[in-house]
Amino acid sequence: MDRIPILKVGDFLLVSIQVDMHDRMAMGLQDDLTTQVVKARAKGVLIDISSVEVVDSFIGRMLGNMASMTRALGAEAVVVGMQPAVAITIVELGLSLTNVRTALNVDKGMELLQSLVNPTAEAARHDSHEE
Amino acid sequence: MTPTKSETLPLRSSEDTVRVRQTVRVWMVEQRFSLVDQTKMVTAASELGRNAVDYGGGGSARLELLADSGRTGIRVTFEDQGPGIADIELAMKDGFSTGSGLGLGLGGSKRLANEFDIWSEPGKGTRVTITRWK
Amino acid sequence: MTTPRSNRIAEIFTRHEKPLLVDWLRVQLAARTVRKDLLPEADLRRESVEFLAVLTPACRAGSLTDIATPEWKPVCDFLAGISRSRATQGFSSSETATFVFSLKQPLFARLQEELGADAAALGDEIWTATALLDRLGLYTAEVFQKGRQEVIKRQQLEMLELSTPVVKLWEGILAVPLIGTLDSARTQVVMESLLPSIVATGSSMAIVDITGVPAVDTLVAQHLLKTVAAAKLMGAQCIVSGIRPQIAQTMVHLGVAFGDVVTKASLADALAYAFRQIGCTVIKQAPRT
Repeated sequence: MDRIPILKVGDFLLVSIQVDMHDRMAMGLQDDLTTQVVKARAKGVLIDISSVEVVDSFIGRMLGNMASMTRALGAEAVVVGMQPAVAITIVELGLSLTNVRTALNVDKGMELLQSLVNPTAEAARHDSHEE
Repeated sequence: MTPTKSETLPLRSSEDTVRVRQTVRVWMVEQRFSLVDQTKMVTAASELGRNAVDYGGGGSARLELLADSGRTGIRVTFEDQGPGIADIELAMKDGFSTGSGLGLGLGGSKRLANEFDIWSEPGKGTRVTITRWK
Repeated sequence: MTTPRSNRIAEIFTRHEKPLLVDWLRVQLAARTVRKDLLPEADLRRESVEFLAVLTPACRAGSLTDIATPEWKPVCDFLAGISRSRATQGFSSSETATFVFSLKQPLFARLQEELGADAAALGDEIWTATALLDRLGLYTAEVFQKGRQEVIKRQQLEMLELSTPVVKLWEGILAVPLIGTLDSARTQVVMESLLPSIVATGSSMAIVDITGVPAVDTLVAQHLLKTVAAAKLMGAQCIVSGIRPQIAQTMVHLGVAFGDVVTKASLADALAYAFRQIGCTVIKQAPRT
């Protein structure tokens, strides 16, 4: 069974969902991610859904679960790159993903993770930029 | 109104649901539906397809392309011979669920389609039809 | 033994097709509604021939009282076609329906010839014929109306798109100044233009300004909330500005809760907020002496 790859990028894990996932694949990803967060002692997880064209209530619930499980394991989670048509559909569907942090793209998502994981270091970086 | 094109696909597994989603997408792209319309319909198809597989014991999805005085429409009918739904009105309410689902499938799908029709009888099965017009 | 009524009319169309066509064309061309400026005579002739060609088999095979049956589909399709083409050419709906109604005169003349002696039978046939042609003419008018409605709808949509421009206020800050009512159709257009812009410009802040929206009730608020929710899912923050004192009062009275959504009275306030969010500071320089 094909699984969705999870990459280690420094202290973070990056998951990029590129294919049209069927349910078993989604469940597999959930398992893999929680295992990897512990194994890699990751501080944060970035889930890139910029290639995902359909998010129904099942996939939506799965994304929410992944975020919650990650946080339960002591790491932060950010979902990035949701497509406009998907966002509009999710709102119409009534799916509530309020507990999931989001960012526009991978770059901004990484920035957000850094600021969540290392708040004082981020503030210092900002100050030094303004000089 | 006779459909200008029709195809029936099996719904026995989650891979089948993916195929139904993809076929709906292909048809809608061919007919030049807007991206948002496509996404809404494909998402609704995913919800209903999953219902048929997970709760209906498997069934089928019939896709139809419609033409009605100049406008184009796509209709998908999901049918299963499963346990059926005892209280349809309750099932349509958001948040209702007997399984471990979020219970948004039916109410949500109705909002995503232009036309929505449901028939269900406990012990006999369920049939849900969604239609989207261009 | 009486010939079944329904066959009479079909017979006439079959046996007298050519002279019927000649008479019909003469009636059409003589009418004030012929519009030679819009439709050349050759085209009118061709359309009349085509119509009779599909009408005759339908009369023979189908019921003369129900044009929704499959036997009448070719006729209905043909009429729908010319109705639409005439609509685009600029005909009015009655001018188009006259195409069908004008067939009555030559048809009745033929019926009179055949059944002149039998008043009762003649009466029956004329009634059947007129009811049939009425139905076909009305169908033409219906399709015409539907076509018109589609044009209007399309134009309305175009107007909606033109009236909801997305402007870039700053690097990372977009604004949508809304003017006019915000209904669900408009909300769709706003979302469909704002959200892709957010992605394209990489803007994490979007301001929806409702100064130009006359009334805000629970429905309008819901539409705004949908837009804000969609933007948030994508990773951008959408705030609402232009809340006039009256609107604030109405919202409170109606129990409209904007919840976590940031709202500001003016676009200027919203911009200041947005700058803070993206980490920008505006510094006023001392005047040069």
